[in-house]
Amino acid sequence: MKILVPVKRVVDYNVKVRVKSDGTGVDIANVKMSMNPFDEIAVEEAVRLKEAGIATEVVAVSAGAAACQETLRAALAIGADRAILIETSAEEAETLQPLAVAKLLKALADKEQPQLVICGKQAIDDDANQVGQMLAALANWPQATFASKVVVAGDKATVTREVDGGLETLEVSLPAVISTDLRLNEPRYATLPNIMKAKKKPLDTVKPADLGVDVAPRLTTVKVAEPAKRQAGVMVADVAQLVEKLKNEAKVI
Amino acid sequence: MAILVIAEHDNAQLKAATRNAVTAAAKIGGDIHVLVAGAGCAAVADQAAKLAGVAQVKLADAAHYGDQTAENLAALIVDVAKAGGYSHVLAPATANGKNALPRVAALLDVAQISDIVGVEGADTFVRPIYAGNALATVKSADAVKVITVRTTAFDAAADGGAASVAPVAAAADFGKSKLVGREITKSERPELTAAKVIVSGGRGVGNGDNYKALLEPLADKLGAALGASRAAVDAGFVPNDYQVGQTGKIVAPELYIAVGISGAIQHLAGMKDSKVIVAINKDPEAPIFQVADYGLVADLFEAVPQLTAAL
Ligand SMILES: Cc1cc2nc3c(=O)[nH]c(=O)nc-3n(C[C@H](O)[C@H](O)[C@H](O)COP(=O)(O)OP(=O)(O)OC[C@H]3O[C@@H](n4cnc5c(N)ncnc54)[C@H](O)[C@@H]3O)c2cc1C
Ligand SMILES: Nc1ncnc2c1ncn2[C@@H]1O[C@H](COP(=O)(O)O)[C@@H](O)[C@H]1O
Repeated sequence: MKILVPVKRVVDYNVKVRVKSDGTGVDIANVKMSMNPFDEIAVEEAVRLKEAGIATEVVAVSAGAAACQETLRAALAIGADRAILIETSAEEAETLQPLAVAKLLKALADKEQPQLVICGKQAIDDDANQVGQMLAALANWPQATFASKVVVAGDKATVTREVDGGLETLEVSLPAVISTDLRLNEPRYATLPNIMKAKKKPLDTVKPADLGVDVAPRLTTVKVAEPAKRQAGVMVADVAQLVEKLKNEAKVI
Repeated sequence: MAILVIAEHDNAQLKAATRNAVTAAAKIGGDIHVLVAGAGCAAVADQAAKLAGVAQVKLADAAHYGDQTAENLAALIVDVAKAGGYSHVLAPATANGKNALPRVAALLDVAQISDIVGVEGADTFVRPIYAGNALATVKSADAVKVITVRTTAFDAAADGGAASVAPVAAAADFGKSKLVGREITKSERPELTAAKVIVSGGRGVGNGDNYKALLEPLADKLGAALGASRAAVDAGFVPNDYQVGQTGKIVAPELYIAVGISGAIQHLAGMKDSKVIVAINKDPEAPIFQVADYGLVADLFEAVPQLTAAL
Protein backbone atom coordinates (compact mmCIF):
# COMPACT_ATOMS: atom_id res chain seq x y z
CA MET A 1 0.00 0.00 0.00
CA LYS A 2 1.28 3.39 -0.99
CA ILE A 3 0.69 6.45 1.22
CA LEU A 4 0.86 10.00 -0.06
CA VAL A 5 1.66 12.68 2.51
CA PRO A 6 1.19 16.35 1.57
CA VAL A 7 3.53 18.61 3.52
CA LYS A 8 3.43 22.38 3.58
CA ARG A 9 6.28 24.77 4.24
CA VAL A 10 5.06 27.37 6.73
CA VAL A 11 6.39 29.97 9.12
CA ASP A 12 7.63 28.11 12.20
CA TYR A 13 5.05 27.88 14.97
CA ASN A 14 7.35 29.70 17.41
CA VAL A 15 7.49 32.83 15.27
CA LYS A 16 5.09 35.64 16.01
CA VAL A 17 4.52 37.13 12.57
CA ARG A 18 4.30 40.85 11.89
CA VAL A 19 1.84 42.48 9.59
CA LYS A 20 3.57 44.53 6.87
CA SER A 21 3.12 48.24 7.33
CA ASP A 22 1.52 48.62 3.89
CA GLY A 23 -1.15 46.09 4.87
CA THR A 24 -0.47 43.73 1.97
CA GLY A 25 0.40 40.71 4.04
CA VAL A 26 2.63 39.42 6.80
CA ASP A 27 6.36 39.82 6.73
CA ILE A 28 7.95 36.43 6.17
CA ALA A 29 11.32 37.60 4.90
CA ASN A 30 14.13 36.23 7.10
CA VAL A 31 11.69 34.30 9.24
CA LYS A 32 12.28 30.69 10.27
CA MET A 33 10.31 28.29 8.08
CA SER A 34 9.41 24.72 9.02
CA MET A 35 7.17 21.87 8.05
CA ASN A 36 3.59 22.48 9.16
CA PRO A 37 3.44 20.67 12.55
CA PHE A 38 0.32 18.68 11.62
CA ASP A 39 2.18 17.42 8.52
CA GLU A 40 5.07 16.17 10.64
CA ILE A 41 2.49 14.13 12.51
CA ALA A 42 1.17 12.90 9.14
CA VAL A 43 4.63 11.83 7.95
CA GLU A 44 5.29 10.11 11.26
CA GLU A 45 2.03 8.17 11.03
CA ALA A 46 2.73 7.07 7.48
CA VAL A 47 6.25 5.98 8.39
CA ARG A 48 4.90 4.01 11.37
CA LEU A 49 2.45 2.26 9.05
CA LYS A 50 5.39 1.33 6.87
CA GLU A 51 7.43 0.13 9.82
CA ALA A 52 4.45 -1.98 10.86
CA GLY A 53 4.51 -3.66 7.46
CA ILE A 54 1.18 -2.18 6.41
CA ALA A 55 2.42 0.44 3.99
CA THR A 56 5.00 -0.33 1.34
CA GLU A 57 5.92 3.17 0.26
CA VAL A 58 5.58 6.67 1.71
CA VAL A 59 5.66 9.54 -0.76
CA ALA A 60 5.88 13.13 0.51
CA VAL A 61 4.47 15.91 -1.68
CA SER A 62 4.73 19.65 -1.38
CA ALA A 63 3.29 22.36 -3.58
CA GLY A 64 5.05 25.69 -3.72
CA ALA A 65 8.29 27.39 -4.62
CA ALA A 66 11.67 25.65 -4.90
CA ALA A 67 12.37 26.20 -1.18
CA CYS A 68 9.78 23.50 -0.39
CA GLN A 69 12.55 21.02 -1.23
CA GLU A 70 13.82 21.66 2.27
CA THR A 71 10.46 20.62 3.71
CA LEU A 72 10.47 17.52 1.56
CA ARG A 73 13.99 16.62 2.73
CA ALA A 74 12.71 16.93 6.29
CA ALA A 75 9.94 14.46 5.44
CA LEU A 76 12.50 12.11 3.88
CA ALA A 77 14.61 12.38 7.03
CA ILE A 78 11.65 11.25 9.16
CA GLY A 79 11.39 8.23 6.88
CA ALA A 80 9.46 8.96 3.69
CA ASP A 81 10.85 6.99 0.75
CA ARG A 82 10.68 9.61 -1.97
CA ALA A 83 9.37 13.08 -2.57
CA ILE A 84 7.60 15.09 -5.22
CA LEU A 85 7.78 18.85 -5.48
CA ILE A 86 4.94 20.47 -7.37
CA GLU A 87 6.91 23.54 -8.22
CA THR A 88 5.24 26.88 -8.74
CA SER A 89 6.75 30.29 -9.30
CA ALA A 90 7.35 32.40 -6.20
CA GLU A 91 4.34 34.60 -7.08
CA GLU A 92 2.08 31.59 -7.60
CA ALA A 93 3.27 30.15 -4.30
CA GLU A 94 2.16 33.28 -2.49
CA THR A 95 -1.41 32.96 -3.73
CA LEU A 96 -1.70 29.19 -3.79
CA GLN A 97 -5.05 28.41 -2.18
CA PRO A 98 -6.47 25.19 -0.71
CA LEU A 99 -8.74 24.43 -3.70
CA ALA A 100 -5.75 24.63 -6.06
CA VAL A 101 -3.63 22.48 -3.74
CA ALA A 102 -6.43 19.91 -3.55
CA LYS A 103 -6.64 19.82 -7.35
CA LEU A 104 -2.89 19.36 -7.67
CA LEU A 105 -2.99 16.54 -5.14
CA LYS A 106 -5.95 14.96 -6.94
CA ALA A 107 -4.04 14.99 -10.22
CA LEU A 108 -1.02 13.49 -8.50
CA ALA A 109 -3.16 10.86 -6.79
CA ASP A 110 -4.53 9.86 -10.20
CA LYS A 111 -0.95 9.18 -11.31
CA GLU A 112 0.40 7.64 -8.13
CA GLN A 113 -2.70 5.67 -7.10
CA PRO A 114 -2.10 5.75 -3.33
CA GLN A 115 -4.46 3.83 -1.08
CA LEU A 116 -4.20 6.47 1.57
CA VAL A 117 -3.47 10.17 1.77
CA ILE A 118 -2.53 11.42 5.23
CA CYS A 119 -2.39 15.20 5.50
CA GLY A 120 -2.46 17.73 8.31
CA LYS A 121 -5.82 18.99 9.55
CA GLN A 122 -4.79 22.60 9.20
CA ALA A 123 -1.89 24.66 7.92
CA ILE A 124 -0.87 27.02 10.73
CA ASP A 125 -0.36 29.94 8.35
CA ASP A 126 -3.67 30.17 6.48
CA ASP A 127 -5.53 28.23 9.21
CA ALA A 128 -7.83 27.01 6.44
CA ASN A 129 -8.53 23.39 7.41
CA GLN A 130 -9.70 22.53 3.88
CA VAL A 131 -7.25 20.66 1.67
CA GLY A 132 -7.84 17.11 2.92
CA GLN A 133 -11.61 17.39 2.73
CA MET A 134 -11.43 19.02 -0.72
CA LEU A 135 -9.11 16.34 -2.04
CA ALA A 136 -11.42 13.61 -0.72
CA ALA A 137 -14.37 15.27 -2.44
CA LEU A 138 -12.57 15.67 -5.77
CA ALA A 139 -11.40 12.05 -5.67
CA ASN A 140 -14.83 10.86 -4.52
CA TRP A 141 -13.15 9.18 -1.54
CA PRO A 142 -14.28 8.98 2.07
CA GLN A 143 -12.48 11.12 4.63
CA ALA A 144 -11.58 10.84 8.28
CA THR A 145 -10.49 14.21 9.56
CA PHE A 146 -8.91 15.27 12.89
CA ALA A 147 -7.55 11.79 13.57
CA SER A 148 -6.17 10.82 16.97
CA LYS A 149 -5.87 7.10 16.18
CA VAL A 150 -5.54 5.20 12.92
CA VAL A 151 -5.81 1.45 12.42
CA VAL A 152 -5.45 0.13 8.89
CA ALA A 153 -6.55 -3.43 8.17
CA GLY A 154 -7.24 -4.85 4.73
CA ASP A 155 -9.12 -2.34 2.62
CA LYS A 156 -10.42 -0.37 5.59
CA ALA A 157 -9.15 2.24 8.02
CA THR A 158 -10.67 2.68 11.45
CA VAL A 159 -10.05 6.20 12.60
CA THR A 160 -10.75 7.86 15.94
CA ARG A 161 -11.56 11.52 15.40
CA GLU A 162 -11.41 14.46 17.77
CA VAL A 163 -14.78 16.20 17.55
CA ASP A 164 -16.52 18.93 19.54
CA GLY A 165 -18.15 16.60 22.05
CA GLY A 166 -15.29 14.14 22.47
CA LEU A 167 -14.27 11.29 20.20
CA GLU A 168 -15.89 9.55 17.27
CA THR A 169 -14.73 6.43 15.46
CA LEU A 170 -15.25 6.07 11.73
CA GLU A 171 -14.64 3.13 9.48
CA VAL A 172 -13.74 4.21 5.95
CA SER A 173 -12.98 2.07 2.95
CA LEU A 174 -9.73 2.73 1.11
CA PRO A 175 -8.64 4.73 -0.76
CA ALA A 176 -9.34 7.52 1.71
CA VAL A 177 -8.01 10.77 3.08
CA ILE A 178 -7.07 11.06 6.75
CA SER A 179 -6.18 14.37 8.37
CA THR A 180 -4.14 14.45 11.55
CA ASP A 181 -4.87 16.02 14.91
CA LEU A 182 -2.31 16.75 17.61
CA ARG A 183 -2.78 13.59 19.63
CA LEU A 184 -2.21 11.12 16.78
CA ASN A 185 1.46 10.62 17.59
CA GLU A 186 4.62 12.38 18.64
CA PRO A 187 6.86 12.81 15.61
CA ARG A 188 10.41 11.55 16.04
CA TYR A 189 13.41 13.80 15.73
CA ALA A 190 15.32 13.14 12.54
CA THR A 191 18.73 11.74 13.43
CA LEU A 192 21.88 12.95 11.71
CA PRO A 193 22.37 9.68 9.77
CA ASN A 194 18.77 9.88 8.58
CA ILE A 195 19.22 13.49 7.52
CA MET A 196 22.26 12.39 5.51
CA LYS A 197 20.34 9.48 3.98
CA ALA A 198 17.49 11.81 3.09
CA LYS A 199 19.81 13.79 0.84
CA LYS A 200 20.21 10.75 -1.39
CA LYS A 201 16.53 9.83 -1.63
CA PRO A 202 14.73 10.66 -4.89
CA LEU A 203 13.02 14.04 -5.17
CA ASP A 204 11.14 14.64 -8.42
CA THR A 205 9.75 17.90 -9.63
CA VAL A 206 6.57 18.50 -11.63
CA LYS A 207 4.86 21.72 -12.62
CA PRO A 208 1.15 22.50 -12.11
CA ALA A 209 0.83 22.65 -15.91
CA ASP A 210 2.20 19.09 -16.18
CA LEU A 211 -0.69 18.07 -13.97
CA GLY A 212 -3.14 20.13 -15.99
CA VAL A 213 -4.17 22.24 -13.01
CA ASP A 214 -4.97 25.94 -13.05
CA VAL A 215 -3.68 27.37 -9.78
CA ALA A 216 -5.10 30.88 -10.22
CA PRO A 217 -6.47 32.13 -6.88
CA ARG A 218 -10.22 32.50 -6.31
CA LEU A 219 -9.79 34.83 -3.40
CA THR A 220 -7.90 38.09 -3.48
CA THR A 221 -6.51 39.61 -0.35
CA VAL A 222 -7.79 43.15 -0.04
CA LYS A 223 -5.73 43.89 3.04
CA VAL A 224 -4.08 42.37 6.06
CA ALA A 225 -4.32 44.17 9.36
CA GLU A 226 -3.17 43.70 12.89
CA PRO A 227 -5.91 42.64 15.30
CA ALA A 228 -6.96 45.10 18.01
CA LYS A 229 -4.61 44.93 20.98
CA ARG A 230 -6.05 44.21 24.39
CA GLN A 231 -5.78 46.99 26.93
CA ALA A 232 -3.03 46.29 29.43
CA GLY A 233 -4.51 44.91 32.64
CA VAL A 234 -3.46 45.14 36.24
CA MET A 235 -1.69 42.81 38.62
CA VAL A 236 -3.53 42.06 41.82
CA ALA A 237 -1.76 41.43 45.12
CA ASP A 238 -3.83 38.53 46.35
CA VAL A 239 -7.01 36.51 45.97
CA ALA A 240 -9.04 38.96 48.08
CA GLN A 241 -8.19 41.83 45.75
CA LEU A 242 -8.94 39.68 42.71
CA VAL A 243 -12.39 38.84 44.02
CA GLU A 244 -13.05 42.47 44.88
CA LYS A 245 -12.08 43.58 41.34
CA LEU A 246 -14.14 40.89 39.65
CA LYS A 247 -17.17 41.86 41.74
CA ASN A 248 -16.99 45.63 41.74
CA GLU A 249 -14.87 46.66 38.76
CA ALA A 250 -15.42 44.02 36.08
CA LYS A 251 -18.78 42.99 37.53
CA VAL A 252 -18.49 39.50 36.09
CA ILE A 253 -19.20 37.54 39.27
CA MET B 1 -30.02 36.70 -3.18
CA ALA B 2 -30.60 33.79 -0.84
CA ILE B 3 -28.31 32.30 1.75
CA LEU B 4 -28.28 28.72 2.92
CA VAL B 5 -27.23 28.17 6.53
CA ILE B 6 -26.39 24.62 7.61
CA ALA B 7 -27.85 23.81 11.02
CA GLU B 8 -25.66 22.28 13.72
CA HIS B 9 -27.63 19.85 15.87
CA ASP B 10 -27.72 16.40 17.44
CA ASN B 11 -31.02 15.33 15.86
CA ALA B 12 -32.91 16.56 18.94
CA GLN B 13 -31.59 20.02 19.75
CA LEU B 14 -30.53 22.86 17.52
CA LYS B 15 -27.02 23.92 18.65
CA ALA B 16 -26.40 27.53 19.58
CA ALA B 17 -23.67 27.79 16.94
CA THR B 18 -26.39 27.82 14.28
CA ARG B 19 -27.69 31.08 15.74
CA ASN B 20 -24.33 32.78 15.27
CA ALA B 21 -24.18 31.62 11.66
CA VAL B 22 -27.66 33.03 11.05
CA THR B 23 -26.48 36.41 12.35
CA ALA B 24 -23.51 36.30 9.97
CA ALA B 25 -25.95 35.53 7.14
CA ALA B 26 -28.10 38.49 8.15
CA LYS B 27 -25.02 40.73 7.89
CA ILE B 28 -24.52 39.55 4.32
CA GLY B 29 -28.17 40.31 3.56
CA GLY B 30 -30.80 38.37 1.61
CA ASP B 31 -33.30 35.63 2.36
CA ILE B 32 -32.00 33.20 4.92
CA HIS B 33 -32.84 29.53 4.60
CA VAL B 34 -31.69 26.92 7.08
CA LEU B 35 -30.96 23.34 6.08
CA VAL B 36 -31.54 20.74 8.77
CA ALA B 37 -30.13 17.37 7.73
CA GLY B 38 -30.41 14.49 10.15
CA ALA B 39 -32.37 11.43 11.17
CA GLY B 40 -35.59 11.90 13.13
CA CYS B 41 -34.74 15.57 13.42
CA ALA B 42 -38.11 17.25 12.79
CA ALA B 43 -37.93 18.89 16.22
CA VAL B 44 -34.71 20.60 15.18
CA ALA B 45 -36.39 21.98 12.07
CA ASP B 46 -39.14 23.42 14.26
CA GLN B 47 -36.55 25.10 16.47
CA ALA B 48 -34.76 26.52 13.43
CA ALA B 49 -38.06 27.84 12.07
CA LYS B 50 -38.40 29.98 15.19
CA LEU B 51 -35.11 31.83 14.63
CA ALA B 52 -35.61 35.51 13.93
CA GLY B 53 -34.66 36.36 10.35
CA VAL B 54 -35.05 32.87 8.92
CA ALA B 55 -37.42 32.75 5.93
CA GLN B 56 -37.50 29.04 5.32
CA VAL B 57 -36.30 25.76 6.77
CA LYS B 58 -35.40 22.83 4.59
CA LEU B 59 -35.58 19.45 6.25
CA ALA B 60 -33.74 16.41 4.93
CA ASP B 61 -34.66 13.57 7.22
CA ALA B 62 -33.03 10.24 6.39
CA ALA B 63 -31.16 7.55 8.28
CA HIS B 64 -27.87 8.27 6.51
CA TYR B 65 -27.79 11.85 7.80
CA GLY B 66 -28.09 10.78 11.42
CA ASP B 67 -24.34 10.68 12.04
CA GLN B 68 -23.53 13.85 10.11
CA THR B 69 -20.89 12.14 7.99
CA ALA B 70 -19.18 14.65 5.74
CA GLU B 71 -19.66 12.69 2.53
CA ASN B 72 -23.43 12.45 2.85
CA LEU B 73 -23.92 15.95 4.20
CA ALA B 74 -21.81 17.50 1.47
CA ALA B 75 -23.61 15.69 -1.34
CA LEU B 76 -26.94 16.87 0.03
CA ILE B 77 -25.81 20.45 0.55
CA VAL B 78 -24.50 20.59 -3.02
CA ASP B 79 -27.86 19.37 -4.35
CA VAL B 80 -29.80 21.85 -2.24
CA ALA B 81 -27.42 24.71 -3.05
CA LYS B 82 -27.67 24.10 -6.79
CA ALA B 83 -31.45 23.63 -6.81
CA GLY B 84 -32.01 26.75 -4.73
CA GLY B 85 -29.51 28.90 -6.60
CA TYR B 86 -28.00 30.12 -3.34
CA SER B 87 -25.34 32.80 -3.46
CA HIS B 88 -23.86 31.79 -0.10
CA VAL B 89 -23.61 28.59 1.92
CA LEU B 90 -22.72 29.15 5.57
CA ALA B 91 -22.01 26.77 8.42
CA PRO B 92 -20.69 27.41 11.89
CA ALA B 93 -16.97 26.61 12.18
CA THR B 94 -17.63 23.62 14.45
CA ALA B 95 -16.04 20.19 14.01
CA ASN B 96 -18.98 19.22 11.76
CA GLY B 97 -18.89 22.43 9.76
CA LYS B 98 -15.13 22.22 9.24
CA ASN B 99 -15.48 18.59 8.24
CA ALA B 100 -18.22 18.89 5.66
CA LEU B 101 -18.05 22.34 4.13
CA PRO B 102 -14.72 22.10 2.26
CA ARG B 103 -16.19 19.09 0.46
CA VAL B 104 -19.12 21.25 -0.58
CA ALA B 105 -16.79 23.95 -1.86
CA ALA B 106 -14.68 21.48 -3.84
CA LEU B 107 -17.75 19.88 -5.41
CA LEU B 108 -19.03 23.32 -6.40
CA ASP B 109 -15.52 24.20 -7.64
CA VAL B 110 -15.31 27.27 -5.42
CA ALA B 111 -13.00 28.43 -2.66
CA GLN B 112 -14.02 28.12 0.95
CA ILE B 113 -13.61 31.09 3.24
CA SER B 114 -12.86 29.61 6.66
CA ASP B 115 -13.71 31.01 10.04
CA ILE B 116 -14.95 34.48 9.11
CA VAL B 117 -15.06 37.08 11.88
CA GLY B 118 -16.44 39.95 9.81
CA VAL B 119 -18.64 40.70 6.81
CA GLU B 120 -17.54 43.68 4.68
CA GLY B 121 -19.94 43.03 1.82
CA ALA B 122 -21.60 40.19 -0.04
CA ASP B 123 -18.26 39.01 -1.44
CA THR B 124 -15.76 40.39 1.08
CA PHE B 125 -15.00 38.87 4.46
CA VAL B 126 -12.53 39.19 7.31
CA ARG B 127 -10.80 36.12 8.69
CA PRO B 128 -7.93 35.50 11.10
CA ILE B 129 -4.70 33.95 9.81
CA TYR B 130 -1.49 32.98 11.62
CA ALA B 131 -3.24 32.05 14.87
CA GLY B 132 -5.11 35.33 14.88
CA ASN B 133 -1.95 37.41 14.70
CA ALA B 134 -3.26 38.97 11.50
CA LEU B 135 -6.69 39.64 10.08
CA ALA B 136 -7.06 39.17 6.33
CA THR B 137 -9.82 40.83 4.35
CA VAL B 138 -10.52 38.61 1.35
CA LYS B 139 -12.73 39.08 -1.68
CA SER B 140 -14.22 36.14 -3.49
CA ALA B 141 -14.59 35.90 -7.25
CA ASP B 142 -16.69 32.73 -7.06
CA ALA B 143 -20.38 32.51 -7.93
CA VAL B 144 -21.17 30.76 -4.67
CA LYS B 145 -19.46 31.74 -1.45
CA VAL B 146 -18.90 28.81 0.85
CA ILE B 147 -18.14 30.07 4.33
CA THR B 148 -17.58 28.81 7.85
CA VAL B 149 -18.40 31.25 10.62
CA ARG B 150 -16.41 31.79 13.79
CA THR B 151 -19.26 31.75 16.26
CA THR B 152 -17.64 34.04 18.85
CA ALA B 153 -17.54 36.88 16.32
CA PHE B 154 -21.31 37.06 15.77
CA ASP B 155 -24.14 37.41 18.27
CA ALA B 156 -26.62 34.57 18.59
CA ALA B 157 -29.82 35.14 16.59
CA ALA B 158 -32.79 35.25 18.94
CA ASP B 159 -36.11 33.47 18.61
CA GLY B 160 -39.01 35.34 17.07
CA GLY B 161 -39.37 33.93 13.57
CA ALA B 162 -42.06 31.71 12.14
CA ALA B 163 -40.57 30.17 9.01
CA SER B 164 -42.16 27.37 7.04
CA VAL B 165 -40.55 23.94 7.01
CA ALA B 166 -40.24 22.29 3.61
CA PRO B 167 -38.97 18.76 3.16
CA VAL B 168 -36.14 18.15 0.70
CA ALA B 169 -35.28 14.84 -0.92
CA ALA B 170 -32.32 12.93 0.44
CA ALA B 171 -29.32 12.28 -1.81
CA ALA B 172 -27.98 8.76 -2.24
CA ASP B 173 -26.01 7.22 0.62
CA PHE B 174 -22.26 7.50 -0.12
CA GLY B 175 -21.68 4.24 1.66
CA LYS B 176 -17.88 4.23 2.01
CA SER B 177 -17.84 5.63 5.51
CA LYS B 178 -19.54 4.41 8.66
CA LEU B 179 -19.66 5.66 12.24
CA VAL B 180 -18.72 2.77 14.51
CA GLY B 181 -18.29 4.43 17.87
CA ARG B 182 -18.73 7.58 19.83
CA GLU B 183 -17.21 8.58 23.14
CA ILE B 184 -18.94 11.74 24.15
CA THR B 185 -17.56 13.56 27.17
CA LYS B 186 -20.41 13.66 29.68
CA SER B 187 -20.84 16.84 31.61
CA GLU B 188 -23.53 18.76 33.40
CA ARG B 189 -21.61 21.93 32.76
CA PRO B 190 -22.36 24.49 30.06
CA GLU B 191 -20.85 23.85 26.64
CA LEU B 192 -17.39 25.34 26.35
CA THR B 193 -18.17 27.42 23.27
CA ALA B 194 -21.39 28.83 24.71
CA ALA B 195 -20.36 29.31 28.37
CA LYS B 196 -20.37 32.70 30.09
CA VAL B 197 -17.55 31.69 32.39
CA ILE B 198 -14.67 29.32 31.68
CA VAL B 199 -12.11 27.93 34.09
CA SER B 200 -9.16 26.64 32.12
CA GLY B 201 -6.15 24.68 33.32
CA GLY B 202 -2.69 24.14 31.87
CA ARG B 203 0.40 22.07 32.46
CA GLY B 204 0.98 23.92 35.73
CA VAL B 205 -1.94 22.06 37.27
CA GLY B 206 0.29 18.98 37.27
CA ASN B 207 -2.09 16.09 36.68
CA GLY B 208 -5.68 15.05 36.17
CA ASP B 209 -6.37 14.53 39.87
CA ASN B 210 -5.23 18.05 40.67
CA TYR B 211 -7.29 19.37 37.80
CA LYS B 212 -10.37 17.69 39.27
CA ALA B 213 -9.65 18.63 42.87
CA LEU B 214 -8.81 22.27 42.17
CA LEU B 215 -10.63 23.43 39.07
CA GLU B 216 -13.93 21.56 39.30
CA PRO B 217 -14.98 23.14 42.64
CA LEU B 218 -14.10 26.57 41.24
CA ALA B 219 -16.10 25.89 38.10
CA ASP B 220 -19.00 24.63 40.24
CA LYS B 221 -19.05 27.88 42.21
CA LEU B 222 -19.06 29.94 39.02
CA GLY B 223 -21.37 27.76 36.95
CA ALA B 224 -18.46 27.64 34.53
CA ALA B 225 -17.39 25.38 31.71
CA LEU B 226 -13.98 23.73 31.94
CA GLY B 227 -11.22 24.23 29.39
CA ALA B 228 -7.56 23.44 29.02
CA SER B 229 -4.38 24.15 27.14
CA ARG B 230 -2.98 21.70 24.65
CA ALA B 231 -0.31 20.66 27.12
CA ALA B 232 -2.98 19.65 29.67
CA VAL B 233 -4.83 17.62 27.03
CA ASP B 234 -1.71 15.99 25.63
CA ALA B 235 -0.69 14.97 29.16
CA GLY B 236 -4.10 13.36 29.63
CA PHE B 237 -5.39 15.59 32.45
CA VAL B 238 -8.65 16.11 30.54
CA PRO B 239 -10.31 14.92 27.29
CA ASN B 240 -9.43 16.42 23.90
CA ASP B 241 -12.62 18.44 23.59
CA TYR B 242 -11.43 20.69 26.45
CA GLN B 243 -8.67 22.20 24.31
CA VAL B 244 -8.90 25.93 23.74
CA GLY B 245 -6.76 27.51 21.06
CA GLN B 246 -5.77 27.98 17.45
CA THR B 247 -6.36 24.33 16.70
CA GLY B 248 -8.87 23.63 19.45
CA LYS B 249 -11.98 25.54 20.41
CA ILE B 250 -12.38 29.26 20.03
CA VAL B 251 -14.10 30.81 23.03
CA ALA B 252 -15.06 34.31 24.12
CA PRO B 253 -16.82 34.14 27.47
CA GLU B 254 -17.53 37.03 29.84
CA LEU B 255 -14.87 35.64 32.15
CA TYR B 256 -11.94 33.34 31.33
CA ILE B 257 -9.78 32.17 34.21
CA ALA B 258 -6.45 30.72 33.04
CA VAL B 259 -4.76 28.63 35.71
CA GLY B 260 -1.20 27.42 35.21
CA ILE B 261 -1.27 28.32 31.53
CA SER B 262 1.75 30.15 30.10
CA GLY B 263 -0.07 31.87 27.25
CA ALA B 264 1.51 30.52 24.07
CA ILE B 265 0.23 32.25 20.91
CA GLN B 266 -1.63 29.08 19.97
CA HIS B 267 -3.54 29.23 23.25
CA LEU B 268 -4.16 32.98 23.11
CA ALA B 269 -5.62 32.52 19.61
CA GLY B 270 -8.51 30.64 21.18
CA MET B 271 -9.39 32.91 24.09
CA LYS B 272 -8.06 36.43 23.66
CA ASP B 273 -11.47 37.78 22.67
CA SER B 274 -12.87 36.90 26.10
CA LYS B 275 -14.35 39.93 27.83
CA VAL B 276 -12.42 39.61 31.08
CA ILE B 277 -9.32 37.45 31.41
CA VAL B 278 -7.87 36.39 34.74
CA ALA B 279 -4.48 34.67 34.87
CA ILE B 280 -3.08 32.80 37.83
CA ASN B 281 0.53 31.82 37.28
CA LYS B 282 3.58 31.62 39.49
CA ASP B 283 5.84 33.05 36.78
CA PRO B 284 5.54 36.85 36.60
CA GLU B 285 7.06 36.74 33.09
CA ALA B 286 4.41 34.39 31.68
CA PRO B 287 3.03 35.86 28.44
CA ILE B 288 -0.54 35.19 29.60
CA PHE B 289 -0.20 38.29 31.79
CA GLN B 290 0.11 40.44 28.66
CA VAL B 291 -3.51 39.70 27.75
CA ALA B 292 -4.92 39.34 31.28
CA ASP B 293 -7.15 42.05 32.74
CA TYR B 294 -6.30 40.76 36.20
CA GLY B 295 -3.08 38.91 36.82
CA LEU B 296 -2.21 37.12 40.01
CA VAL B 297 1.33 35.88 40.49
CA ALA B 298 0.83 33.00 42.88
CA ASP B 299 1.14 29.29 43.39
CA LEU B 300 -2.08 27.93 41.96
CA PHE B 301 -2.24 25.24 44.63
CA GLU B 302 -2.77 27.99 47.20
CA ALA B 303 -4.59 30.61 45.14
CA VAL B 304 -7.25 28.44 43.53
CA PRO B 305 -8.68 26.95 46.77
CA GLN B 306 -8.64 30.45 48.28
CA LEU B 307 -10.53 31.80 45.29
CA THR B 308 -13.08 28.99 45.45
CA ALA B 309 -13.59 29.64 49.14
CA ALA B 310 -13.99 33.38 48.63
CA LEU B 311 -16.80 33.09 46.08
C1 LIG C 1 0.52 23.03 15.68
C2 LIG C 1 0.31 23.45 17.10
C3 LIG C 1 -0.97 23.71 17.52
C4 LIG C 1 -1.20 24.08 18.84
N1 LIG C 1 -2.48 24.34 19.22
C5 LIG C 1 -2.71 24.70 20.51
C6 LIG C 1 -4.04 25.00 20.96
O1 LIG C 1 -5.00 24.95 20.19
N2 LIG C 1 -4.21 25.33 22.26
C7 LIG C 1 -3.15 25.40 23.16
O2 LIG C 1 -3.39 25.69 24.33
N3 LIG C 1 -1.91 25.14 22.74
C8 LIG C 1 -1.67 24.78 21.45
N4 LIG C 1 -0.39 24.48 21.07
C9 LIG C 1 0.66 24.36 22.12
C10 LIG C 1 1.27 25.67 22.58
O3 LIG C 1 2.30 26.04 21.72
C11 LIG C 1 1.83 25.50 24.01
O4 LIG C 1 2.77 24.46 24.01
C12 LIG C 1 0.77 25.17 25.07
O5 LIG C 1 -0.32 26.08 24.96
C13 LIG C 1 1.37 25.24 26.44
O6 LIG C 1 0.45 24.82 27.44
P1 LIG C 1 0.57 25.33 28.92
O7 LIG C 1 0.51 26.80 28.96
O8 LIG C 1 -0.42 24.57 29.73
O9 LIG C 1 2.00 24.77 29.35
P2 LIG C 1 3.34 25.55 29.66
O10 LIG C 1 3.72 26.43 28.57
O11 LIG C 1 4.30 24.52 30.12
O12 LIG C 1 2.95 26.48 30.89
C14 LIG C 1 2.69 26.03 32.18
C15 LIG C 1 2.56 27.25 33.06
O13 LIG C 1 2.17 26.87 34.36
C16 LIG C 1 2.86 27.69 35.28
N5 LIG C 1 2.92 26.97 36.57
C17 LIG C 1 3.57 25.83 36.84
N6 LIG C 1 3.38 25.47 38.13
C18 LIG C 1 2.57 26.40 38.67
C19 LIG C 1 2.04 26.59 39.98
N7 LIG C 1 2.25 25.72 40.96
N8 LIG C 1 1.27 27.68 40.19
C20 LIG C 1 1.04 28.59 39.21
N9 LIG C 1 1.53 28.45 37.96
C21 LIG C 1 2.28 27.37 37.69
C22 LIG C 1 4.21 27.94 34.68
O14 LIG C 1 4.77 29.13 35.20
C23 LIG C 1 3.87 28.04 33.19
O15 LIG C 1 3.65 29.39 32.81
C24 LIG C 1 -0.13 24.16 19.76
C25 LIG C 1 1.17 23.92 19.31
C26 LIG C 1 1.39 23.57 17.99
C27 LIG C 1 2.79 23.31 17.54
N1 LIG D 1 1.12 23.85 -0.52
C1 LIG D 1 0.89 22.66 0.04
N2 LIG D 1 1.67 21.60 -0.29
C2 LIG D 1 1.47 20.39 0.27
N3 LIG D 1 0.50 20.14 1.14
C3 LIG D 1 -0.32 21.15 1.51
C4 LIG D 1 -0.17 22.46 0.98
N4 LIG D 1 -1.11 23.25 1.52
C5 LIG D 1 -1.82 22.46 2.37
N5 LIG D 1 -1.34 21.20 2.36
C6 LIG D 1 -1.83 20.03 3.15
O1 LIG D 1 -3.17 20.27 3.55
C7 LIG D 1 -3.27 20.36 4.97
C8 LIG D 1 -4.33 21.36 5.36
O2 LIG D 1 -4.01 22.64 4.88
P1 LIG D 1 -5.06 23.85 4.86
O3 LIG D 1 -6.32 23.32 4.26
O4 LIG D 1 -4.40 24.89 4.01
O5 LIG D 1 -5.23 24.29 6.28
C9 LIG D 1 -1.86 20.67 5.42
O6 LIG D 1 -1.66 20.25 6.74
C10 LIG D 1 -1.03 19.87 4.42
O7 LIG D 1 -0.99 18.51 4.76
